[in-house]
Amino acid sequence: MLAHAIFFYFFSIIAIFSALMVITSRNTIHSVFFLILDFISVGCLFIMVGAEFLGMILLIVYVGAVAVLFLFVVMMLNVSAQKQSWFIGQKSTHIPSGLIVSVLIFLELLVVVGGWKHKENIISTGSIQISKTLSNTHQIGQVMYTDYILYFQVSGMILFLSMIGAILLTYRKREGVKTQSYINQISREKSSSIEIKEVEFEKGVKLDD
Amino acid sequence: MIEIGLGHYLTLGAIVFFLGVIGIFLNRKNVIVILMSIELILLAVNINLVSFSIYSNDILGQIFTMLILTVAAAEAAIGLAIIVIFYRNKGSIRVEDIHGMRG
Repeated sequence: MLAHAIFFYFFSIIAIFSALMVITSRNTIHSVFFLILDFISVGCLFIMVGAEFLGMILLIVYVGAVAVLFLFVVMMLNVSAQKQSWFIGQKSTHIPSGLIVSVLIFLELLVVVGGWKHKENIISTGSIQISKTLSNTHQIGQVMYTDYILYFQVSGMILFLSMIGAILLTYRKREGVKTQSYINQISREKSSSIEIKEVEFEKGVKLDD
Repeated sequence: MIEIGLGHYLTLGAIVFFLGVIGIFLNRKNVIVILMSIELILLAVNINLVSFSIYSNDILGQIFTMLILTVAAAEAAIGLAIIVIFYRNKGSIRVEDIHGMRG
């Protein structure tokens, strides 16, 4: 129990610190690195609390794909010339209202936590209990591929649509690039490409152009 | 302090959520940091769902966390694509320079 507490405080302090650094660091690349650190520490928390599959998915999907995507975009867009911190420079007019809204959200969430702590016992819907014998991945698979197969397929469709959308948004036609045109290739016919000439004896042919 | 319960995890989720919302409002740099703040908010939601799932002994929270992860990945891809074409058209992604809708 003591070890659980020590690890919880270790990882959660790292998570909070790196979340703070994500929103305050001057360089955008440093923000991305701290985002990666945040995902890693929360993934460790998930593994520690017993949701191993989600912790691993967080490491693989977020650190391996999404954060690297952020890094690619940051490096591609040359935003390092725009280093600017939010507390240096000209003051924005919406900082006070933003602070009020976020502090209110935080207080509301804490009120929810406090109200939850004073309940007698945790209400479990009890529909699908976590079993002690099966592994976490096995249980998630057993539920997700049977009762929630529709949601699984819809999430696959969402990923497919986002892939199509990202390609379609960033696609552009470039000038001066020699590419293969399949339509022209396939629709080419003999009558438009071959001309038969009658060659006179000992004179040869003179091709135009 | 020693006994780690559901409240500790919910507090961690609340703090990360709060930092994400602050990051959206107080951002003076570029739009990519706003996208990262949205990722932080979704991460806080995931922390809440997983801790409820573990402490109420129900696997459904983890299923919904998987679905949230999917939607977050799709959202990041689309958002970054929009940022790339915005940079290509306007040459800047600073927050102050984005006022095409006069907002």
